[in-house]
Amino acid sequence: MTERKELEKHALNIRRNIVTMVAKAKSGHPGGSLSAVEILTWLYFNEMDVNQNNVASTDRDRFVLSKGHASPVLYATLAEKGFLPQEELLTFRAINSRLQGHPNMRYLPGVDMSTGSLGQGLAAAVGMAIANRLDQKDHYVYVLIGDGESEEGEIWESAMAAAHYKLDHLIAFLDFNGLQIDGDITKVMNPTPLDEKFKAFGWHVLTIDGHDYDQIEAALFQAKQTEGKPTLILAHTIKGKGVSYMENQASWHGSAPNEEQLKIALDELKEVA
Amino acid sequence: MAVATREAYGKALAQIVVEDPNVVVMDADLSKSTKTADAKAVCPERHFNAGIAEADLMGISAGLAASGKVVYASTFAVFAAGRAFDQIRNSIAYPKLNVKICATHAGLTVGEDGASHQSVEDIALMRSIPNMKVLQPCDDIETEAMIKAIKDLDGPVYVRLGRMGVERIHDESYQFHLGKGEILQSGRKVAILATGMMVQQALKAAELLETKSVIKPTVVNFASIKPLDEDLLLTIAKTHDLLVTCEEANVLGGFGSAVCEVLSEKHPIKIVRIGINDTFGESGKPDALIEKYGLSAKAIADTVSTQLKK
Repeated sequence: MTERKELEKHALNIRRNIVTMVAKAKSGHPGGSLSAVEILTWLYFNEMDVNQNNVASTDRDRFVLSKGHASPVLYATLAEKGFLPQEELLTFRAINSRLQGHPNMRYLPGVDMSTGSLGQGLAAAVGMAIANRLDQKDHYVYVLIGDGESEEGEIWESAMAAAHYKLDHLIAFLDFNGLQIDGDITKVMNPTPLDEKFKAFGWHVLTIDGHDYDQIEAALFQAKQTEGKPTLILAHTIKGKGVSYMENQASWHGSAPNEEQLKIALDELKEVA
Repeated sequence: MAVATREAYGKALAQIVVEDPNVVVMDADLSKSTKTADAKAVCPERHFNAGIAEADLMGISAGLAASGKVVYASTFAVFAAGRAFDQIRNSIAYPKLNVKICATHAGLTVGEDGASHQSVEDIALMRSIPNMKVLQPCDDIETEAMIKAIKDLDGPVYVRLGRMGVERIHDESYQFHLGKGEILQSGRKVAILATGMMVQQALKAAELLETKSVIKPTVVNFASIKPLDEDLLLTIAKTHDLLVTCEEANVLGGFGSAVCEVLSEKHPIKIVRIGINDTFGESGKPDALIEKYGLSAKAIADTVSTQLKK
């Protein structure tokens, strides 16, 4: 178990890398990457059985980034785990890079599913969980879906299937940062109440603060005690978390900081709070 | 004896799923029609229903394949290629996953269900996706051979199957070869290139032509639309004056288009495309539809005769 202080150091590094790689690429999605840092940090450092030796295999826990535009948080976390060199993060979105704008599972070991077209990752996770059951493997499949992404109809097809097939080794995080490109999710197309909807679809639902490791840990513990149902962890998060001028701003969903803004961000992300 | 290619698919899949524990079958509430019910009967533990949710059918299939499974996923062609296009493109083809999309009820010969259920555009749609292979068998023997062969191909495949019974033209010795055309009859001047149920119409057209006009056309079966047998096409183009392509799909973007794409660059020659002329279908008996939409043996023979007189 990685200690909280260590986790916070990793998370800080991941945040620094997110803003740096997006700034270098002059494009990308920092807001929804920063909101999911604690979730991925916990999963990769304290929950999933993924390591240097098994990262290229499927015989392990897997993670599907259904909100594929948050690729910076995935790449930065994989780099933090040592699955790719930190310098390679600077090739994000550049020609010939393994770090595509949206993740490609064929390019980079550790990317468990190609995603990007919203709404599709949960279905893939359902397929993986069924495969684990067929193979009598005890692995868990984790998936991160967005709140805006939950406006996609396919999410609900997959939610239905996960409950129907009683996939208790499927654990979904819903990154509830409240914002999508065009603004407040409740104003653009209100998908709430997401907890009640998933409950009605037959899921075990937990609500947490998605930046609090204790709550993430407790929720995952409860999820793993639950039999016969998939678990949705509705994680309240702050879009752009950690960079003051990005926090709760829809405009930072998909825009890159300039040099000056990057400097401010990195100054703010100097020390573990 | 007329057996639908979907029926041959069901029988072949029922064998495969028993023989290979790595095979998983997916359907979307049409298993009795797509015939994956045959596989379910012998191996219920590896047959999964997505319900009436084709996007999810493809997405779950992708996830299974990302875990190393070989997935045969079935629904009607119009829902597979049309409704779930984006899932096929992004979750299956882009990561080159082992999902064999076996889409039944293709083309007008769905019959009475009418245009909402008659896929005319699926060849064009699937052909345009990188990494995707597009196949269409013409009889039960070819279907069985193809369905077994694609299990060991790396990556996604779209197989176009029909509802209507079709006459057998192959014998048991037939072997399917990806990317190869099959010369069914060698003739001169005219070559009729056909795919799927149009192969039988092409063979009948050849008979008509030989009886009535003493023209003996070459007839070639193209079960592999993508990859296409470019070498054979080139050989045929160099040895004939006229090519006629036949398909039960829109002539825009389909098999005929694929032939034109190759030959316009490598050996331009007169090519006439017979198919559905950029129109939706309608309800009716398959035979009546074949006749009304100009897909009959007689229509093919008439086209050849008219073209040769020009």
